[in-house]
Amino acid sequence: MPLLTQQIPDESDYSLVASLDNVRNLSTILKAIHFREHATCFATKNGIKVTVENAKCVQANAFIQAGIFQEFTVQEESVTFRINLTVLLDCLSIFGSSPVPGTLTALRMCYQGYGYPLMLFLEEGGVVTVCKINTQEPEETLDFDFCSTNVINKIILQSEGLREAFSELDMTSEVLQITMSPDKPYFRLSTFGNAGSSHLDYPKDSDLMESFHCNQTQVNRYKISLLKPSTKALVLSCKVSIRTDNRGFLSLQYMIRNEDGQICFVEYYCCPDEEVPESES
Amino acid sequence: MKCLVTGGNVKVLGKAVHSLSRIGDELYLEPLEDGLSLRTVNSSRSAYACFLFAPLFFQQYQAATPGQDPLRCKILMKSFLSVFRSLAMLEKTVEKCCISLSGRSSRLVVQLHCRYGVRKTHNLSFQDCESLQAVFDPALCPHVLRAPARVLGEAVLPFPPALAEVTLGIGRGRRVILRSYQEEEADSTAKAMVTEMSIGEEDFQQLQAQEGVAITFCLKEFRGLLSFAESANLSLSVYFDAPGRPAIFAIEDTLLDGHFVLATLSEPDPHSQDLRSSELQRPAPQLQAHSTPHLDDFAADDIDSYMIAMETTVGSEASRALPSDSLSPGLQALCSPGPDSEEEEDDTEPSTVPGTPPPKKFRSLFFGSILAPTHSPQGPSPVLAEDSEGEG
Repeated sequence: MPLLTQQIPDESDYSLVASLDNVRNLSTILKAIHFREHATCFATKNGIKVTVENAKCVQANAFIQAGIFQEFTVQEESVTFRINLTVLLDCLSIFGSSPVPGTLTALRMCYQGYGYPLMLFLEEGGVVTVCKINTQEPEETLDFDFCSTNVINKIILQSEGLREAFSELDMTSEVLQITMSPDKPYFRLSTFGNAGSSHLDYPKDSDLMESFHCNQTQVNRYKISLLKPSTKALVLSCKVSIRTDNRGFLSLQYMIRNEDGQICFVEYYCCPDEEVPESES
Repeated sequence: MKCLVTGGNVKVLGKAVHSLSRIGDELYLEPLEDGLSLRTVNSSRSAYACFLFAPLFFQQYQAATPGQDPLRCKILMKSFLSVFRSLAMLEKTVEKCCISLSGRSSRLVVQLHCRYGVRKTHNLSFQDCESLQAVFDPALCPHVLRAPARVLGEAVLPFPPALAEVTLGIGRGRRVILRSYQEEEADSTAKAMVTEMSIGEEDFQQLQAQEGVAITFCLKEFRGLLSFAESANLSLSVYFDAPGRPAIFAIEDTLLDGHFVLATLSEPDPHSQDLRSSELQRPAPQLQAHSTPHLDDFAADDIDSYMIAMETTVGSEASRALPSDSLSPGLQALCSPGPDSEEEEDDTEPSTVPGTPPPKKFRSLFFGSILAPTHSPQGPSPVLAEDSEGEG
């Protein structure tokens, strides 16, 4: 195995180099989309996008813009690889996942290119850990074709108002039904479980409602098992934007403030369940 | 039925549901003229609990739609509990709670009006049912203890969470003693620890019981009522009689009252009776029910699994809803110890079969299973239906 003997490549040999003083600014946001084992990473000069998908119905994207990193260089136009997200997160929290006051774990991340492992150098208190994670063939990701011009209804809520709702979702219900309407009930989350149905109504003039732009009544159902993982992003976020387009596709955008006060975004797309039966509404 | 609960009372209601959920899987909700009653009974019918919230507890209370008979219903405890799941959230965000029951929609509607105008509506499906009513009368119990819930709450705090039963008795110098109940023959060293708390008479508001009396009952249910009573800062009264007869735990307030009726362990062994009378000077041993010495075979069994034994007659009836009249005879036996023919049959089974669970036995509160005080203790009867701890 020539790995041990091979020469340390020059900086310019790497197609991606990124360094970060506080690794938690990266790991926290990756945890928000960690609901499947594998993720696809795309790096451009603007930053890194990490994508996780499930059942060809839901897609989560975490955007870590270049400004979050202290150093960020991409040699090619774009760098793409697939990686085991669980392993990546384990490595990023190798010095412990809960923050110790006064100590930061610094990270330097290098990727030489197709076929090479992702190299992580983690340093805390003078101790350096080197991790090499094998990368995989990138898979094509779904294109939800969610275009802002097709958006029918859009609501921005303070996350605190949804957090409790999502943590208490009746998981015996197969679907979460989202009603968005310019008229009553404005914004309603409904579940239909074993014990009966539950509705959660938010008035449009609520203090939780940052903005309310609904043009047309839409009632769509989404598999609750697909939306539940977005709770991870929700608990980290301060605001959430909820949009639906003309096909009933749902976009949830979470605004997450990291420990240094910078803003990152995590986005979930989900396609609707089959048509809503007329009888139940 | 329609009622409206506001402010801090929402949390009180939630707390009551939490403590009821420690007992039964179904909640009986019955609007009465003198208030809203919430009741439950456990599956082996050895524990019954009810809360009655007076009309004044509510901002608005209407037992029945005018001109109609009041409805009553039975719902899954789990689904009602889920409405009140997070007490911290109830306190922080819920401003008022509206509960309504109408025959037309056949739904029990619980509406929570929260902060920021958010409104949660739960439409719970329910079943019609007969009234659930255990007949009990604290006035017929010769022994009474009354103390602030905090005193008893602090006394049970040191007991391990897994402990199933606790013995409450009066020891030397009229001190009230709470002691972890040990399964007999607990040969394993893991069970070697006994916890005992002793509370002075002065901490009690009322102590009407002579030295030497003791009862053993389930701790889980008791903790449920205690945590409610503690949060409401109320006094808890315990009314009890001889071992084997139900004990009544009661709290009262102007706005609500709560009664938990728990089966107590009957003392199977005449030997332990002897101990009680002869060793009045030593409170500790008399609080422990002693075992027949030859029951070695079950030592490795899971103690909880045969915790509550039931009679066959109970087993078949317990599975369906109880008409109210069928519930009374059992507890009436409390006051008039009549001949319990059915029970005699069960109890006169030949004693110890190898591998049989021990004679420890909680009686069902409802079906003629209350030991008459004159009834001489018999040998162990086989357990015909077990209650497993896991379903709680």
